[in-house]
Amino acid sequence: MFDIPPVAEPSSERVTSGNGTSGPTQWVSDLLYRAYYALMVAVEFVIAPIQRWLGTRRMPYFFLLPNLIVFGVFVIFPMLLNFVYSGTAGTNLLPQDRTWVGLDNYQTLLSCDNFRLPNTCAEDMFWRAVWNTLVFVVFQVGGMVLLALLTAVILNRQIVARGFFRSVFFYPVLLSPVVVGLIWKWILQRFGVLNGFISGLGGEPVLFLLERDWATFWVILISIWAQMGFYTLILLAGLQAIPAVLYEASEIDGAGGWQRFRHITLPLLMPTMFVVLVLALIRAVQVFDQVFVLTGGGPGTATKYLVQYIYETGFAAQIPRRGLASAASVLLGGVLMLFTLVQLWLGRKTEVT
Amino acid sequence: MTTIRNFLIRKRGGRRMDIADVLTYLYLLAGTLVMFGPVLWVVLSSFKTPGQLIEFPPRLLPYAQETVTIEGYDEPLPLYRVTIDGEERVLAQIRRVGIEAHMIDPENPPANPGRPTDEERIIVPIDAREPIERLSLAWNNYTDPLERFRFGTYLKNSVIVTVAATLITLVINSMAAFALSKYQFKGRDAIFVLFIATLMIPISVILVPVFLVITQLNMNNTLWGVIIPGAATPTGVFLLRQYMLTIPDELLESARIDGASEWRIYWQIVLPLARPALAVLAIFSVMWRWNDFLWPLIVLNRSELFTLQVGLNAFQGELQIQWHYVLAMTVLTLLPITAVFAFLQRFITTGIATTGLKG
Repeated sequence: MFDIPPVAEPSSERVTSGNGTSGPTQWVSDLLYRAYYALMVAVEFVIAPIQRWLGTRRMPYFFLLPNLIVFGVFVIFPMLLNFVYSGTAGTNLLPQDRTWVGLDNYQTLLSCDNFRLPNTCAEDMFWRAVWNTLVFVVFQVGGMVLLALLTAVILNRQIVARGFFRSVFFYPVLLSPVVVGLIWKWILQRFGVLNGFISGLGGEPVLFLLERDWATFWVILISIWAQMGFYTLILLAGLQAIPAVLYEASEIDGAGGWQRFRHITLPLLMPTMFVVLVLALIRAVQVFDQVFVLTGGGPGTATKYLVQYIYETGFAAQIPRRGLASAASVLLGGVLMLFTLVQLWLGRKTEVT
Repeated sequence: MTTIRNFLIRKRGGRRMDIADVLTYLYLLAGTLVMFGPVLWVVLSSFKTPGQLIEFPPRLLPYAQETVTIEGYDEPLPLYRVTIDGEERVLAQIRRVGIEAHMIDPENPPANPGRPTDEERIIVPIDAREPIERLSLAWNNYTDPLERFRFGTYLKNSVIVTVAATLITLVINSMAAFALSKYQFKGRDAIFVLFIATLMIPISVILVPVFLVITQLNMNNTLWGVIIPGAATPTGVFLLRQYMLTIPDELLESARIDGASEWRIYWQIVLPLARPALAVLAIFSVMWRWNDFLWPLIVLNRSELFTLQVGLNAFQGELQIQWHYVLAMTVLTLLPITAVFAFLQRFITTGIATTGLKG
């Protein structure tokens, strides 16, 4: 038979959570543990022969296998395939049925008489998306990092109920993009509560989502609203890592609040700031879902961004141009890769110093 | 009075509040309003009837007008509080003619049902009446879509995707993390670097080829096509590996001497000890999967397979948005996440602060 060592029963062997819960909670967790125990013992009957066949030294490969298969099939292989795909054209899905066009897709994307005027480009929608994304990234990331810094500094003061306020700012981070889009669509609509306030103050209602500049403004603001809490938390952790001794020493030296912020907080927070900046950049470049729900990319093309361009070109269009979509996503991936490398490089640099 | 004032402005460490503290609390108060306000507004709106939703300017709470059923009238009649000659009366309106309202006294209904005489009919200028209202929650905003628009199915699909994906992620990620943290073997560092390098490759960059792969595997238009591709998260492997590194190797060695198999060491020693990290990953996986939108949108084309997010988007994209249903479904969609947050926020916030996980 299999060489399974004697093991004590679940109730005596189990690692308890140690919080001494009793009653139904205890009962449920006992039941769950028994189920887990039975399942794992059953699985062991399958795996014991594998271990005897592989030998203990090669077992790590067995443990890595499931994750590597999924990862290889759905991440690594597609990454490579993306390059192949971006060199093909046609409407077929399978790469072997597609015609090889070399760098044509890239040429289509990148040929412009004047890069600043999308109308002069072969693929004008791509360039509209690029410029929109650029504006979005600059204002969203800039505004968000500043606000997150301010919020983190405030949360780091000696305040009552810090835990509560910390979660207040974090809460929208958990909401799904679709929900975020719908919440604000409801607030910003013609007869929405914001226009209610405006007309209450004697103003004229504004069609926030149907005017280009307003739509862009709100899309940026809402993205800040939805994501700021995440970066606030990271910055707060960074602030709390600054040794209090430094502040005490500077107080003795007679430094004021602003001087302390300028000469202690900011320099020591810089590594965290860079992490936050890069993470926010990576996220902002991929802006799509909540905007898609909120404006659908409109009015016109005012809030159409790169990922929506890829989605529409490759999937939503009547005649999907998947080669073109692939080429665009290779370019997008290149930009993201660049950000990641910058982050790794900065991370290394700050580790050394 | 002074005691109260002192209590209010007292601070930790016995200092008094200064201007910076006042500004701090003002900011926090405004922040609370801005962060919670929109969600609260949607929750309140979701209990309004379509009629109340188009009211402009909108009101905070869902009010419905009191009505009364009087013999001779098919519809229940709306009740108004009317001031006539300084005397306040409660009257039911039978019709409105221009700036006048024709009303009758519900206490004293027409002797001839439906045909009030001139004495029984009271004519009131419309600005002298004021509707009598009570709070009323339109629960059918919630119940109708569950029956009529397949929201029950969407909910079920979302739950299946979230639970299955989270379980698979926990199992395969923890197995990989176990191998990467507790064994010396050839190629270990290369594999680890591979994971780290792809930490930042989001699915939006490889949409087209992943779609091809799942089509080839016949997973297009199945829930598996949504569940599997994102299961092998490098983030999860990284998080679990870092945690498992802190488990002393001596524990594993002594178990081996007692004759435990590698699999048993994995599930009976390492997994229970890694529970805090597993919990953080589980919470994040639930949030990622429950909120996932772009990938399900591409994989699922048949409405009986939609997840909540995709279904909600399809529903709000209709030409005539039925806001009363959309709002109620929005609230239902954000409810589980809010519950998770309320109970586990400490886990989540410290989890992010220590690991830098994507939210």
